[in-house]
Amino acid sequence: MALVYRNDVVLAFRRWEQIAQPVVFFAMITTLVPLALSPEHAELRQIAGGVLWIAALLAALLGLEFLYRADHADGTLEQMLLSGQPLALLALAKTAAHWTASGLPLVLVSPLLAISLGVPTDAFCALMVSLALGTGILSALGAIGAALTLGLRRGSVLLSLLVLPLAMPALIFGARAVDMSIHGEAARGPLLLLSAMLVLSLTLSPLAVAAALRISQE
Amino acid sequence: MSVEVAAGQVVHIAGSNGAGKTTLLRVLAGLLSAEQGGVSWQGQPIASNFDSYAATLAYLGHSDALKADLTARENLAHEVGLRRSVTAAETDDALTRVGLASCRDLPARVLSAGQRRRLAMARVMLTAAPLWVLDEPFTNLDHVGVLLLSDVIADHVDGGGAVIIAAHQSPAIPRHTASCVDLA
Repeated sequence: MALVYRNDVVLAFRRWEQIAQPVVFFAMITTLVPLALSPEHAELRQIAGGVLWIAALLAALLGLEFLYRADHADGTLEQMLLSGQPLALLALAKTAAHWTASGLPLVLVSPLLAISLGVPTDAFCALMVSLALGTGILSALGAIGAALTLGLRRGSVLLSLLVLPLAMPALIFGARAVDMSIHGEAARGPLLLLSAMLVLSLTLSPLAVAAALRISQE
Repeated sequence: MSVEVAAGQVVHIAGSNGAGKTTLLRVLAGLLSAEQGGVSWQGQPIASNFDSYAATLAYLGHSDALKADLTARENLAHEVGLRRSVTAAETDDALTRVGLASCRDLPARVLSAGQRRRLAMARVMLTAAPLWVLDEPFTNLDHVGVLLLSDVIADHVDGGGAVIIAAHQSPAIPRHTASCVDLA
């Protein structure tokens, strides 16, 4: 399992554009907002939580497509299925690796972008924690979508349609958490709910992914 | 049709293009479920304990199952490492055996099609699985490569392994005659 994780992270860093793409997308959306709406910090602060969360969610969605696509194309997926190891655990490792390469960079750059939206530094902690949980949820849910749409020619649109509705609850609570902490309230409640969602999706998603991957070979 | 493979046996699956050689091999490997009939390993249907069956099987498909961005060594270390712990000396030995010692630190993407096939074969060797299921293993190999691979297969069969090969031409395995199953 550790081997799959390490291998996938190494591969991701050898293709650095795959890591850079979501980050650049995230940065673009959040910098466009002040230009399009108003540069007033007081006004931006009102919508900052929502904007950061929507941008991060869409950016994280970008990389999902590649989660199993390359493995499917070069035949390593077949070898993974025939490795004699529990497939669900391998899927969990791949999800974790995907999060490291796509979710974690978003979390790390988020404070930088939050400054441009006038988010006070006190809210950075809640922002980063909520985004870390949220991108984790999206990686877990997205892995199911990626595995289900493997054989399809234009799977990416279907993938977004499948995954985004499932990620709605995370968006609601995540944006709320950031919003609350911008206004100086304790954001513990929504963050705990997000953690519960992450645990749930991490537990169930590998099983669904394993089943979907077996079907993809038919 | 019915096929039985015993230890120390080479089975050659012949048939024209589209006859279903690859489909048969994928069914044997458990990647596809058979519409009718079934596959058993040591008397047990493979679906009853698929993971333990998969662990006794080395499958070489149409694709070489190599990561283009990983070097030859890393590819082997990862693919084989999924099944058992493998030392660097073992991977180097296997690479030398298939004639890739000089390319071991090159990424798979710069290797030629024949070299990639050899590398995929090195993976099969290293898995130490008793049953090899090889789909057109001689594709893209040069004359020396074909002889080398035949030799590797012969050694495996000498050691009590079983090999199922799908190929257009009858494979010439030293010291062994392949029993032929014709799908036509």
